Amino acid sequence: MFTQFEQWYAKRHDYARDWKERSGGKVIGYFCTYVPEEILYAANVLPVRILGGHEPQDVTEPHIFGMYCPFSRDVLAQGLKDRFSYLDGITIAQSCLHIRQAYTSWDLHRPTEFSYYLPMPHNVQSDHSRTFLRAELEQFKGAVEEWTGQAITDADLDRGIDIVNTNRRLLKQIFELRRQENPPLTGQEAMYLVLSSQMTDKREHNQALRELLEQLPQRELKRSTGERLMILGSENDDIPFTEMVEQVCGATFVIDDHCTGTRYFWNESVPNEDRLLEIANRYVDRVPCPTKDWPQRKRLEHIEQLIEDYGVQGVIVIQQKFCDPHELDIPAIQKVLKGKGIPTLFLEFDVTAPLGPFRIRVEAFLEMMRQEDLF
Amino acid sequence: MSTQIYPTEPLQLWGKAKELREKYYLNYRDAHKNGGLRWAGGAWSFDAVPAGLGRDVYSLTSEPYGATLAHNKELSLECLEASENAGYARDLCSYMRLYWGSILIDKYPYGGGYPKPDFIWQDHICCSHAKWYQVVSDLEGGIPMWDVDVAAGPYKDVTPAKVKYIVDQLQDGVEWLEKTTGRKFDDELFIEAVKNEMRSTSLWAAVCAENKAVPAPLEEKTMYSLYVLATLSKASREVADFYAELLAEVKDRVARGIAAVGNEQVRLMSDTQPPWAFLKIFRYLERYGAVSVGSLYTFGLEGIWEVKEDGSWGPRTTPMEKGLEIKTRQQALELMVDWNLSKPEWQHFYHPQLKTDMMLRIAKEWKLNGIMLHYNRGCEGLSLGIAENRLGLLKAGFPVMTFEGNMGDEREFDENMTMARVDAFMESLGVKKIR
Ligand code: SF4
Ligand code: SF4
Repeated sequence: MFTQFEQWYAKRHDYARDWKERSGGKVIGYFCTYVPEEILYAANVLPVRILGGHEPQDVTEPHIFGMYCPFSRDVLAQGLKDRFSYLDGITIAQSCLHIRQAYTSWDLHRPTEFSYYLPMPHNVQSDHSRTFLRAELEQFKGAVEEWTGQAITDADLDRGIDIVNTNRRLLKQIFELRRQENPPLTGQEAMYLVLSSQMTDKREHNQALRELLEQLPQRELKRSTGERLMILGSENDDIPFTEMVEQVCGATFVIDDHCTGTRYFWNESVPNEDRLLEIANRYVDRVPCPTKDWPQRKRLEHIEQLIEDYGVQGVIVIQQKFCDPHELDIPAIQKVLKGKGIPTLFLEFDVTAPLGPFRIRVEAFLEMMRQEDLF
Repeated sequence: MSTQIYPTEPLQLWGKAKELREKYYLNYRDAHKNGGLRWAGGAWSFDAVPAGLGRDVYSLTSEPYGATLAHNKELSLECLEASENAGYARDLCSYMRLYWGSILIDKYPYGGGYPKPDFIWQDHICCSHAKWYQVVSDLEGGIPMWDVDVAAGPYKDVTPAKVKYIVDQLQDGVEWLEKTTGRKFDDELFIEAVKNEMRSTSLWAAVCAENKAVPAPLEEKTMYSLYVLATLSKASREVADFYAELLAEVKDRVARGIAAVGNEQVRLMSDTQPPWAFLKIFRYLERYGAVSVGSLYTFGLEGIWEVKEDGSWGPRTTPMEKGLEIKTRQQALELMVDWNLSKPEWQHFYHPQLKTDMMLRIAKEWKLNGIMLHYNRGCEGLSLGIAENRLGLLKAGFPVMTFEGNMGDEREFDENMTMARVDAFMESLGVKKIR
């Protein structure tokens, strides 16, 4: 049932090359989920997210100082190793400083015909960020038009918005099924859904999601759910870790708060006569990344709500090594979870997760949760 | 053999700079005694705005406060450990960890406990800026906070919409200040402060530009004691007046050929904040007759620059010098925002090439022989893109030395290794120790 999604994720480069061939369109690599994919779909450009390769590498040392997160260096390594040589363009929307360097070094050393830094506002709690972002989107749209040589009309924008919103809606519908006592999909499978949606044509992805949605309600997993876990924190596409927790340790991830998970698709845009304002509002109102979660800490309420809605019993808080944005939120999150009596386990991720030691820690964590159940 | 090539003299105004700095910290601490207000925010905050609340409003700016704590070996370790024990990661901005530590151990280096601000007035371009004060507020049980996002893109791409975004946040901020403090905002005081800020930051750039002279009238270690005033209170009349006096003294030094380092034979620049507990690196350089004449950091953290008609870099002409009259709050805000967006140290946040280009300009116009890059683990904001700066400078043919350290956490600085690197760098430049 999930093979297609897994294949898309595992063979992302083959997919993109093939897509180019069959559509004759352009492919753009993006570095952050604040990039307004609606506008790219409107322009018939395929946006694909650039993620790491999870292999040790030695090519980024001259480009990014070692104090920045391993994820951003792994991402840059993909460029320097020419894994994405098929890209026609690259773009980033302003988020954390770390990943920005993967973009700028890529821009310097693997130039593409189109390169765009979108100053996505940080003060999303101020209404002024909406008008500002709208103006920035107008500029971005203009740049894309110039690049592709084609004007983007309101009808194009409507189409782009619809493609992306449909994808968000379908993913959310599937995720809602995970609220059930025995979710019909594992955390690992859910991960494949979101990750693959970031690197395939969403029209095809939507079709596959619709088919999946028809079959899922009847599906019964031949495994017990075990502890219902939430995972949250920095970027995470570490499939082997998720697999280990679910297959070896016997728990199930029922929800997450990651930019490679729910944060990516949780909010749809709300229709507006002014299409660009509609898109701007969506990115301002989406579940924030920690870099944009101030002055109020809105992530806390959102995480608490997910815990309640998904019957979460324990939380694994992960952080990419040196990830400042999450390091700045984690103590506050842990305090709230502690206050609610939710057990938490903190793990620091690198390019590859040390599965052996992590397994011992996860098992000890689950063991502790089970003991708490007994008394 | 005498190693003295140029005459030297101590800087007359050095003592005054020290006094002003101390007064600043005491004024903040004692503000409440006379019914005044205390606010906290970054060295880049728009400090001219709270100045509109009255003449008895004092600030404590975060980064220089962190550097002050870093200077004090014992206290800094106590602060860093307190932050770590409270669960904050050791690789976060070291100024920030020092700052939080001083709250946690409740110690103020100028005597007494950490003086809690009445409100927070912060700007945001580095990921740590607004989040820094979220934690301060958490630790202090809640402090009213206003943050302004200034990350609207590089100055070369500035548009009215970008300026408006920041101005609008500040307009709302003024209302918020009135509500939070119960005081009426005085536009005249505000406009006066904007003018002070422009004078301070333009005059500081003028002082730095004097260092193009050979021999350099100032060396970087001294410049740290001078530029700091702009990081404390750039919108105050005292600081603007101080820089006017300083410019006169430095011009006089240049006219008389007075050197900062008498044996100057190699001119360097550094980059990012230095490891504050190890400023002796600069003294060590002097043994080679090497003088650091500044950096993009000392020049452009607060200094505001422009390209002059002859293509060289000089102090940005203020609106007042252009004969413009600033009449309204809106106009003052717009001018102030545009002014700040041109800050050199805000540009590399968008692309390292913008910084490399400015560094190359400095290297040429200030007649440098080499560049020392501090790969500063303590500051994610200013170390951003530094590896690409190194590559860009090397590509342009400038000798570059790098050393790792941390501006505020001396546990991450290896003194012997750094000195050995300096020796090797000097050797590669063909320079011998002269004393
Ligand atoms: S948010 Fe964290 S993990 Fe993601 S790119 Fe930034 S530093 Fe790296
Ligand atoms: S990391 Fe650097 S730029 Fe960021 S808040 Fe700290 S000192 Fe400032």
